Amino acid sequence: MARVGFLMLCHTALNRAAQVARHWAMQGAPVVIHLDARVGRAQHERMVQALADLPHVGFCRRYRCEWGTWSLVAATQAAAEMLLAAHADVTHVYAASGSCLPLRPHAELQAWLDAHPGTDFIESVTTEDVSWTVGGIDIERFTLHFPFSWRRQRWLFDRTVDIQRRLRIRRRIPQGVVPHLGSQWWCLTRRTLAAILQDPRRRAFDRYFARVWIPDESYFQSLVRQHSPQIESRSLTLSKFDFQGKPHIFYDDHLQLLRRSDCFVARKIWPEADRLFRVFLAPAGSAPARAEPNPGKIDRLFSRAVERRTKGRPGLYMQSRFPNENWENGKTAAPYSVFEGFAEVFEDWEGWLGRAIGGRVHGHLFAPERVRFAGGERVWNGALSDSAALRDYNPRMFLTSLVWNTRGERQCFQFGPADLQDISWFMATDPNAQLSVISGAWAVPLFRAGAPFAELRRTAAALQKTERWHLDVLRSPWAKARVRIWSLADFAENPMEPLQTILDEITPRALRRPAEAPRLVDLAGFGRFLQQLRNEGMQPVLMGDFPVADPAPPDPVRRTAGRAV
Amino acid sequence: MGFLRAYGLRLARRRWLIRAWRKGRELSAVADRTRSIRPRDLLLFSTLRNERIRLPHFLRYYRDLGIGHFLVVDNASDDGSREYLASQEDVSLWTTTASYKRSRFGVDWLNWLQRRHGHGHWCLVVDPDEFLVYPFCDTRPLRALTDWLDASSIRSFGAMLLDMYPRGRLDAVPYAEGQDPLDVACWFDSGNYTISRNPRFGNLWIQGGPRARVFFADDPARAPALNKIPLVRWHRSYAYVSSSHMLLPRGLNLVYDEWGGEKASGCLLHAKFLHTMNAKAEEELVRRQHYAGSAEYRAYAGRLAEGGELWCRWSEKYINWRQLEILGLMSKGNWA
Repeated sequence: MARVGFLMLCHTALNRAAQVARHWAMQGAPVVIHLDARVGRAQHERMVQALADLPHVGFCRRYRCEWGTWSLVAATQAAAEMLLAAHADVTHVYAASGSCLPLRPHAELQAWLDAHPGTDFIESVTTEDVSWTVGGIDIERFTLHFPFSWRRQRWLFDRTVDIQRRLRIRRRIPQGVVPHLGSQWWCLTRRTLAAILQDPRRRAFDRYFARVWIPDESYFQSLVRQHSPQIESRSLTLSKFDFQGKPHIFYDDHLQLLRRSDCFVARKIWPEADRLFRVFLAPAGSAPARAEPNPGKIDRLFSRAVERRTKGRPGLYMQSRFPNENWENGKTAAPYSVFEGFAEVFEDWEGWLGRAIGGRVHGHLFAPERVRFAGGERVWNGALSDSAALRDYNPRMFLTSLVWNTRGERQCFQFGPADLQDISWFMATDPNAQLSVISGAWAVPLFRAGAPFAELRRTAAALQKTERWHLDVLRSPWAKARVRIWSLADFAENPMEPLQTILDEITPRALRRPAEAPRLVDLAGFGRFLQQLRNEGMQPVLMGDFPVADPAPPDPVRRTAGRAV
Repeated sequence: MGFLRAYGLRLARRRWLIRAWRKGRELSAVADRTRSIRPRDLLLFSTLRNERIRLPHFLRYYRDLGIGHFLVVDNASDDGSREYLASQEDVSLWTTTASYKRSRFGVDWLNWLQRRHGHGHWCLVVDPDEFLVYPFCDTRPLRALTDWLDASSIRSFGAMLLDMYPRGRLDAVPYAEGQDPLDVACWFDSGNYTISRNPRFGNLWIQGGPRARVFFADDPARAPALNKIPLVRWHRSYAYVSSSHMLLPRGLNLVYDEWGGEKASGCLLHAKFLHTMNAKAEEELVRRQHYAGSAEYRAYAGRLAEGGELWCRWSEKYINWRQLEILGLMSKGNWA
């Protein structure tokens, strides 16, 4: 039966480390502890005392350990040598840290190793194939010099890397060594580990690796390739890293996940996770199970966390996510539709559209006097107020909040030249926006209102100017929205086809088709009206061509009424 | 940022610290138990006036989270708050009758206490009506969060103020001592906040919520700020600039991600709107010791006296932190 010896690298939370060491030792596994030389004498004494009753627990020579440096390999070597020398019957050596926690009874690990005789479990990946390296330095870990500490002298560290890159300075990798990287929490057979430690070229290798960056992730991982007859490239320790290369930490609420992972050892455990230590260090009862380690669920949990930290939720603006412009990863949370001129051209357009798409349709959300929510509501999802002042205080956040608050329900609203225009650029550059414009349609209500002409003329001129600017925005090369523009004349000619296209885009899989077609308002005399505007000295251009005399009534609605809409 | 501006901010920070020292002399110790603070203790700093009825629940809530010591400035309470706090073993209490307004709403006093006692500790600055909620707060103590922040080299943690209110009139259901105020005021606005960046200090400026919706619908610029950075690994050279909304040095204000990601953040549930609010608003109108001539309190007094309510049909009922996360008010970031 396999006899596993553990080497533990400890520097903090020594009471927990001692607890774990005791757990292993009580089950017959020898343990050698490396205690960081920075740990004070009192704490050292206390830990030695705490484990004094266990004959199989030893302490090896102490090194001052700093992340990313050779000291960690030296400590591992010292512990491994002591373990092999003191316990001739040890068949496997398991490298662990002081914040590791065994998740399965020791007997299960032994049974597992028996089932895989002569296999070294060590993650060992060539530099081309890893994606986790910090600072984008992978093969250069092996070919550059690193005289400065990354943790304490970051500026000098970065400059020396830059200079060496520029001068093309390269260290020679010792002959026969192919750089591999991987987790430092491995489990090697006695044979392989001894071969690495007693290699005749070890002095040369050590000298080389002593100046490699983060050698604890590459020393054993590279040299094992020289000696091992059978490598299983994975770590038996469950250990996940976040996007900054820091290990994720396990807490009490991860208990079920850890249990179901069937991994042998997990790292890092929060030292005050009392429940985890209590549950997993309890004496084992049942017969050894032989389940495969399956960290999939935990992998997914942590990769989701990293994704949330790096990409975030699209369209969300909040206290801890406030992206710079063009870094939003989605300016808004979901697609929405903006209709310009439709409400002016069709009778009861909002009602009809609501029935056609089976949803609520807003009026002019950016109307100057107040927000026209669907159904005249005063507040909307998320307690958005209809106050124009609140909306105009930050129109972008009004729109992004509306779309965020109603995730899952397509937002449709009306827009026009009489509305607040500040939002134009935002919508035009938002790929989620679907803008459908009937240009010049704002003239229809003027035509139907029949107000004094001098006044009309002024209003018409102002609206036309605003809409021209708005259309320029929509047609600009920076626009990313789905934009469709028809002149009023073109649209009135054949309204059903464009409508069908828009509806298909909003509800692509809708089986229900609107039974009725929307009714176009009566445009008889509109050409004459435009001519009057011209006579007053204004030049209406956005509507397209309407003959001055009414032609035979085109009445497109009746013409297409028979077609399915 | 130019050298001159950086230097200007450094001078400003110096000035705040000197001012804190000057204002610190207005404080006299009622119960100084700071010698019992252990090196790893989490500290809570607070200024208050006449909050006796809230104190039992407040202390219990934060003791349960793992606060090791409370450092409190009592601003001339006359309702027994001082006596009650002085009798608590884990509270150090100072008192003053000086002007709240002229200590910049208590910031100078707390800056002083934090400089003296907070150095090297994680310090939480909250009012007695603010309750911190952070990711996993139902299963992990506050120490788990601060340990994680330490491990991730993060010095400050943002928690936006979330105004909580009852359904119906504020005085319809009175709050009883010891009760969880969130049992009474459990509603909030989930999605009507506006955010802009403060170019000088680099912090976000958040407004909105029920106060903007009801009291400041015609003048949103005056709506109160909701951005807060209440939890900071304190260094004696740090200083809060205005309430706990922003700090110097300004790197501490970067509690948000600018490249599309989400940093971890929490919420301060603000149980201000209880039946005690009406009386408080009337008192503050006379004292005029609050921000912008107590404009807020004037607005409240007007609306609330008329029996107005904050609740609307899109108000959200508070369940737990996960709900706030889903609504996008706070985030786990990469803490899992």
